[in-house]
Amino acid sequence: MSNQNIYIPYLMRIEKITREAPGVKTFRLKFENEEEAEAFSFKAGQFGEYSIMGVGESTFCIASSPTRKGYIECTFRQAGKVTSALSLAEEGDVVGFRGPYGNTFPIDEWKGKNLVFIAGGIALPPMRCVIWNCLDLRENFKDITIVYGAKSVNDLVYKDELAEWRSRPDVKLVTTVDPGGETPDWKGEIGFVPSVLEKTAPSAENTIAIVCGPPIMIKFTFPVLEKLGFTEENIFTTLENRMKCGFGKCGRCNVGEVFVCKDGPVFSYQQLKLLPAEY
Amino acid sequence: MNELIKSAAALLESNAVQVVIGYGKGSASRTRAIFVTNVTDCEKLIFDSRCVQNLAVYLTKQEIKKLGKPAIVAPIPVLRSILQLAVENQITENDLVILGITPESELINFETFASIETFLATHRIAIDEKYQEIISKIKNMPVAERFAYWVKELEPCFKCYACRAACPLCYCTRCTVEDNQPQWISVAAHPLGNLEWHIMRAMHLAGRCTDCEACYNACPMAIPINLLTKSMLQDVAENFGSYGPSLDKENTLSSFKPDDKESFIR
Amino acid sequence: MYAPKVKGKLTLFDEVNAFGEIAEDYIVTSNSAKEIVFPRAEKLFSYHKSKEKAEITDAANNTFPDVILWGTRPCDAAAFIPLTDIFNSDLKDIIFNKRKDKVLVLSFSCSRSDDYCFCTSVNSGPGNIAGSDVLFTKLTTGDFLAEVITEKGKSLVDENKDLFEVKSEESKESNLAVVASRFNQEEIQAKLKDLFENPVWDDKSRACLGCGSCSYVCPVCSCFDIQDEAHGNKGIRLRCWDSCGYGLFTLHTSGHNPRNTQGGRWRQRILHKFLYMPNKSKVAGCVGCGRCSRSCPADINILDTLTSL
Repeated sequence: MSNQNIYIPYLMRIEKITREAPGVKTFRLKFENEEEAEAFSFKAGQFGEYSIMGVGESTFCIASSPTRKGYIECTFRQAGKVTSALSLAEEGDVVGFRGPYGNTFPIDEWKGKNLVFIAGGIALPPMRCVIWNCLDLRENFKDITIVYGAKSVNDLVYKDELAEWRSRPDVKLVTTVDPGGETPDWKGEIGFVPSVLEKTAPSAENTIAIVCGPPIMIKFTFPVLEKLGFTEENIFTTLENRMKCGFGKCGRCNVGEVFVCKDGPVFSYQQLKLLPAEY
Repeated sequence: MNELIKSAAALLESNAVQVVIGYGKGSASRTRAIFVTNVTDCEKLIFDSRCVQNLAVYLTKQEIKKLGKPAIVAPIPVLRSILQLAVENQITENDLVILGITPESELINFETFASIETFLATHRIAIDEKYQEIISKIKNMPVAERFAYWVKELEPCFKCYACRAACPLCYCTRCTVEDNQPQWISVAAHPLGNLEWHIMRAMHLAGRCTDCEACYNACPMAIPINLLTKSMLQDVAENFGSYGPSLDKENTLSSFKPDDKESFIR
Repeated sequence: MYAPKVKGKLTLFDEVNAFGEIAEDYIVTSNSAKEIVFPRAEKLFSYHKSKEKAEITDAANNTFPDVILWGTRPCDAAAFIPLTDIFNSDLKDIIFNKRKDKVLVLSFSCSRSDDYCFCTSVNSGPGNIAGSDVLFTKLTTGDFLAEVITEKGKSLVDENKDLFEVKSEESKESNLAVVASRFNQEEIQAKLKDLFENPVWDDKSRACLGCGSCSYVCPVCSCFDIQDEAHGNKGIRLRCWDSCGYGLFTLHTSGHNPRNTQGGRWRQRILHKFLYMPNKSKVAGCVGCGRCSRSCPADINILDTLTSL
């Protein structure tokens, strides 16, 4: 590896495109090169730089679980230059992927514990990886609760998988939409994720909480978790920050002494509190 | 300049302004912009021939606007920029107090933009003969030679954008170089990227630039971009007759009428 | 060969073709020598694509030129240490390393300094050998003391034995400039962690215009952007200079900007160089050359901030 040019991406073919929500797509990607596919591995929490040649690179987590071999998945919302170009790609097209970068969710340390996953909107993709990872190793964990909300019913991503999670007896799924985002036949909760979390009131005893969402949601979720009795070392989140290289050299994602790309993106609440408010 | 210090102190004392933007002692033998917010610090205000930085650039900065209503020390280059900013509706007369300084070191408190224009009518922009010679020489080069000349002159440029940052008229909150859909101007500082940037900047300033040379003074590589600004001024004067900002004439090159005789504009 | 060359009123590192082109009377050049290993625009790879296929040509397979870097000051040479660290921590940037391997650094000690210099305050000095292959110090006799620091430096000396003579105990110190200490670096490092909310950042950066001058002339700064440049089906991906001083450096596509004030960006510059880098990577973030202050169009002097802490 040490004589390889770290800026060169793997070439990936888009095997499947799923429209998740308005402006949001999931790509299933396969390695063009068999040997690279064999040699590749990653852990839940890691991300990559996905690119269209000639347009640029964009940072998304790897949204599929490492327990499922042969492909990786990413989910993104069309927002800027690169995601707009990616949105125009079709099944069969070739895109670039550099990775895996970043640290990982310490799943091994969670064995024998209850897990509560809390996510909002487009922040479910970084969680989906670790959720499936844990569900694929279901016997390792006790109760699994998922609290997920979006602005409206249409904005919920992974709708098929939500149905699958809901149908499983070994998972408690609570979905919610913001007030005004419900449809007449909506059967889930109505309210913002932090308040729905408070209502769900999962026990903090022997439990790990994993949170991911827009800054405003995180801001109101942490106090709820603290109120419910969760301690700082038992709350985890995955951070987003502007990134370019993904491996701690370009300087863009530097916050305090850490690079979000290299020392993160997974941080415990305890670690997060030590960072200056610059993310 | 005692009068300057007295005026500044009086303005702060009466709370007519909350900050005085002026020149103070800098590193070695330089001067720098200072932002005086209390009466005692007015002592730090100086004015001499070393004070060439164009302070008008601070009038559009969010960090300075937060300090409150400013008084600004304004030698002629600053006055010209203030007038141009007024023409472009970036400032109104109530936004600031102008402590004009004439070439004879007289202090004039300009209360209206019209009075600045009247004053500047007797201090017109003039392009020094030595620059006129160089510009003529370049303009007389055949195109290939002229292109090679500029590629070579721009070679040290590393696109720090100090020229843009120092220019009072580059106040766009998002510059064209920062557009990436599409990426009009290459980000990298290679010969093409450098040409793209300087050509684009010259075009965006044509008809607006008042030849304060802030861009040239700011450039850490001493690239003679003032040749571009002076050349533009000459071209605009020759083709459109104007030579400096004016409150009643329309802005050359950035005014538009539906019945414009140029057909490409329709 | 790259050496200091006079250009108008400045002295710049540039390619030289004759000995007579080399400037002699300079404290530091206006630009730094980092371009030799970290160019303004560095091609990473080129590609040729169609809808279903893409071919990539690795730019790391190119040949990089042998370079003699002549006339670097000890501060310039010392800067290669943090630069090399950044490009080699965890993942290794092989293009940077290939360029660096081909450079011979022949530095000259400083016999004079000015008020912008503060190398002695950042664990460096006018005779620092760090980062050089050979360090020359001019002696009162007109000869030069040559300290041979690396194997590369030794092979140069071995190939030119007739120019060198082994001497003992030449007085280096008396031929060096005296650079007064301006601040205590350890004290500052200790203080900085509690100064995040301090008004000093806004106060000292009020005149800052938000250009990238300080980052670009700095021999240590290495923040970069990655850009694609396409021409039809072909194109390149390159690495180019960037600066944390720009307003849009940290802007998210969503519009959220974690560092949206100039004061916050000035704070980042100082904290990154004087706290984060020494703490995390154990390398200096600043070599005390003073270029940032010399070039700043608004005359923001880094010493003003550091000595006021």
